[in-house]
Amino acid sequence: MIDQLVQLIYLISTALFILSLQWMSDPKTARRGVFAGVGGMALAVVGTLLHPQIVNFNWIVVALVLGAIAGIPLSKVALTAVPQRTALSHAFGGLAAGLVGTAKYYLWVQQGQLTRFRMGAIAIEVILGFMTLTGSLIAAGKLQEVLPTRPITYRNQNLINFTLLGVALVVAALLVVDPGRALLFPVLLVLALTFGVLLVLPIGGADMPTVISLLNSYAGLSAVAMGFVMENKLLITAGALDGASGLILSIVMCKAMNRSFGNVLFGAFGQVQAATGAVEQRTAKAATAEDAAQLLENASRVVIIPGYGMAVSQAQHRVHDLYEELAKRGVDVRFAIHPVAGRMPGHMNVLLAEAEIPYDRLVEMDDINPEMGQADVALVIGANDVVNPAARHDKNSPIFGMPIIDADKAKICLAIKRSMNPGFAGIENELYFADNTLMLFGDAKGMVGDIVKHLHGGSGH
Amino acid sequence: MQFDFLNGMFVLMLSTFVGLMVIQRVSRLLHTPLMSLTNAISAIAVVGAILLAGEQETRLSTILGAVAVFASTTNIVSGFLITDRMLKMFKRREPK
Repeated sequence: MIDQLVQLIYLISTALFILSLQWMSDPKTARRGVFAGVGGMALAVVGTLLHPQIVNFNWIVVALVLGAIAGIPLSKVALTAVPQRTALSHAFGGLAAGLVGTAKYYLWVQQGQLTRFRMGAIAIEVILGFMTLTGSLIAAGKLQEVLPTRPITYRNQNLINFTLLGVALVVAALLVVDPGRALLFPVLLVLALTFGVLLVLPIGGADMPTVISLLNSYAGLSAVAMGFVMENKLLITAGALDGASGLILSIVMCKAMNRSFGNVLFGAFGQVQAATGAVEQRTAKAATAEDAAQLLENASRVVIIPGYGMAVSQAQHRVHDLYEELAKRGVDVRFAIHPVAGRMPGHMNVLLAEAEIPYDRLVEMDDINPEMGQADVALVIGANDVVNPAARHDKNSPIFGMPIIDADKAKICLAIKRSMNPGFAGIENELYFADNTLMLFGDAKGMVGDIVKHLHGGSGH
Repeated sequence: MQFDFLNGMFVLMLSTFVGLMVIQRVSRLLHTPLMSLTNAISAIAVVGAILLAGEQETRLSTILGAVAVFASTTNIVSGFLITDRMLKMFKRREPK
């Protein structure tokens, strides 16, 4: 009877989770999606607490309260730190799955109830869970820059990584054949933990959007595996929704870089190919904030192209001031958003929304490109590889084939950059040497602030 | 209620397809909040963790279960709160 009630509650909870994601399709209904998600989760927790097997609530209540206390500060981080927070929460998700799998293993060994099917599900759960845990911690460390963001590589890296994964799978298979080999289980845990570390170490900072999405998917799949271990359909459904979401985001990110999963995971992009290009002395034209202010003021269509550099220098609020100044003068200002700009999917949108830029001004790459020819000024703020025209025509360029925002097609292109140093991939950007490009050398925040000052001062006469 | 492997696979297959179709329609504007929302949803692992911590079969399973409840609850609370915080920021131009 109670069991049926619990299953009914789980059924409603599942429906709410699906609706929650459904409502994310539009910013207008998205907040409703959060409420549906909260409702689904609350029902799931209440339903679970009704289970007659639960004999003692003390531990559960303590853990729930402590978890909530730890969760609140994590929800208040600055929006530039959201990628780290996300990586950290993938780590927590992986940890939970790994621990439940481990506990179930020893419990069932002791009770003599460890069937081969259960063992198989546990093996998948702990491998996914623990590799997500360590992989996400490394990703979070790189994003927080406590670890070096460049790819960390060593000889035979891929061979070592694959061997490690292979050994883990063999150990898992041995355990499935004979679940009683209890000594092998800790070996499996260590292998999974190590594999997670080695998987993410060679991945560079700019590939983080893809890696975070993949880890998101793994965290979801580990919840699915937990569903098979615990024989619980709600876990399978919710985990599959998360896994599907991570998968789609990973595909979107890979497409936006014209690269495959394999290339992102095993390519250690941005290490090898540096300094191979022909050293050709070309000069870029520099301009001042005053020149830029004049050009922007006299334009009728301006497209701003933000990149990770804008987030690093926290320039988004200055960018908002610039937007306001130009909008006041009747200039049509739009923002062109490349899918991989920033350190996680959608990062730029959130930062610009925080700076109170209306979201109907944020335009996706594919929608803005056909109109770039009509733009009077393209203003590049802290973006580099995503506006490099070499991606369109230079077959020797490592980023050849990557879809870019056609900043060079605007009548004038202004690029804010600290120096002429190449970006993360060590690739020179031809955009900076184009005839219609003017460089604005300086920190993004300071430079945009100066432009705003000139606009503001000029509006008085 | 009965659970067997094929049963589970059915549920997995259907929910994966539903997930793929629903997520494909999510606005690209909202990919960051989407990830924090699915983060919170996948903390459904709390269900398994609660059962483990509440059954109190062995000391090990209780402790590991409680830690897993803690980790999942952190994700639930921070995931939903930060998603809502971000979504509140997405505004259209005020009509004038």
